[in-house]
Amino acid sequence: MAQTVPVGQKWWSGGRSPFNVEYGKLMMWYFLMSDAFTFGAFLISYGTIRFSSSSWPNPNEVFKSFPFIGEMTVPLAFVSLMTFILIMSSVTMVMAVGAGQAQDRKAVMKWMFLTILGGLAFLGCQAWEWTHLHNEGAWWGRNPFMNIDGTQSSTNFTNFFFTITGFHGFHVFSGVIINTIMLIKTWRGDFQRTGHYLMIEKAGLYWHFVDLVWVFVFTCFYLL
Amino acid sequence: MSSASPTSADFGKDKSSFDSKAVWRTFWILLCITVFELIVAIVYYETHFFPKHILNGVFVIMTLAKAFFIIAEFMHLGHEIKNLIMTIAIPACLFIWFLIAFIWDGSSFHDLRMRYDKYQYEQSKTKVKPVEHKEEGKKPGVE
Repeated sequence: MAQTVPVGQKWWSGGRSPFNVEYGKLMMWYFLMSDAFTFGAFLISYGTIRFSSSSWPNPNEVFKSFPFIGEMTVPLAFVSLMTFILIMSSVTMVMAVGAGQAQDRKAVMKWMFLTILGGLAFLGCQAWEWTHLHNEGAWWGRNPFMNIDGTQSSTNFTNFFFTITGFHGFHVFSGVIINTIMLIKTWRGDFQRTGHYLMIEKAGLYWHFVDLVWVFVFTCFYLL
Repeated sequence: MSSASPTSADFGKDKSSFDSKAVWRTFWILLCITVFELIVAIVYYETHFFPKHILNGVFVIMTLAKAFFIIAEFMHLGHEIKNLIMTIAIPACLFIWFLIAFIWDGSSFHDLRMRYDKYQYEQSKTKVKPVEHKEEGKKPGVE
C-alpha cells in the first residue's frame, strides 16, 4: 500500500525527489542494500559449504544451554530469548521514530534509552553464548561437535558460526554506538533546533536492518 | 515548480503516518512466527515426526514472512512511494539467482566428492565416538 499521492504527479520531471524521501534516508537505504549483499554473500557461502558436506552438526545439540540452570538442557531456548530481545528493541526503536515525528523530545529519549538497553542485552547474551561455546572447545579452527549422523565433522561449522554471528554482533555493537550518539544529540536538543528528527529515522533504519539480518542468521544456524 | 527544492525539514514534518497499533500488531506477528518455529524445531528434535527437508522449506517461508513484516512495517518501506519500493525490491531479486547458482554448485561439489574422493567418501561413512565436553561447573569468563 503505497503512500497516497496526487493523481498525475510527475515524479521524474525535476524539482522534487522522485523517491519522496530525504536524501540521507535514501542513501541509508542504499547502504543497507550493500550491507545486505555482504551478509547475503556470507550466508550463501555458508549454504554452499553445507550443501557440499555430507553431514553437519545438529543445532539442537550444540545450542542447548541456558545460563544458571546447570546441566539441564533446553534446546534453542537461549537463542529465542536473544531473538525476543532484538525484536523488542526494534519495537522501541519504531516508537522512538514515532515520538520524533510528533516532536516529543522526552519520549524520543525514553524510547532510545530502551532501544540501547535492548542492544546491550543482546550483546551480553551473545558474549555469554560465545564464552560457553569456547569453554566447550569450539572456536575458529576447532570443532568439538560431531555430525548429526555420528561422523567426524570439519571445522567449517564453527568457522562460519563465529564469523557470521561475530559480524552480526559487530553490527549490533555499531548500532548501539549510533543510537547512543542519537540519544546524546536528542538530549542536547540538536534535533529540536533543526526542527526534525530525521536522524532518528535513519538510525532506526540501520537498527531494524540489524534485526532483519538476525532473522536470517537465526534460521540458517539454529533451525535449518 | 515554483517553490525552491525541498529541504530535509519538508520530509520531517509528516506526522500523520505513524500508527503505534500497526507496530504492535507487527510485533505480535513476528513473535508468534518465531515461537511457532521454535516449537516445530523442538518437537522435531524430540520425535523426528516429519522429513527434515520439508520442515526446512517451512522455516524458509516463515523467515521470508518475518523479513517482509520487518521491512514493510518497521522500516516503513511498505508505506513509501512505489519508486522507492522498486529501487530496493528489484536489486534484491538478484538474491534469487545468487542462491540458486551457489546452492546448486555446492550440491554438485558434494556429488563429485562422493564419487571421486575416496577419503571423503570413507569419512562420510565412519562413525566416531561421541566426545564428552562438560563445563564442570565453570562460570563463563573464569579460567
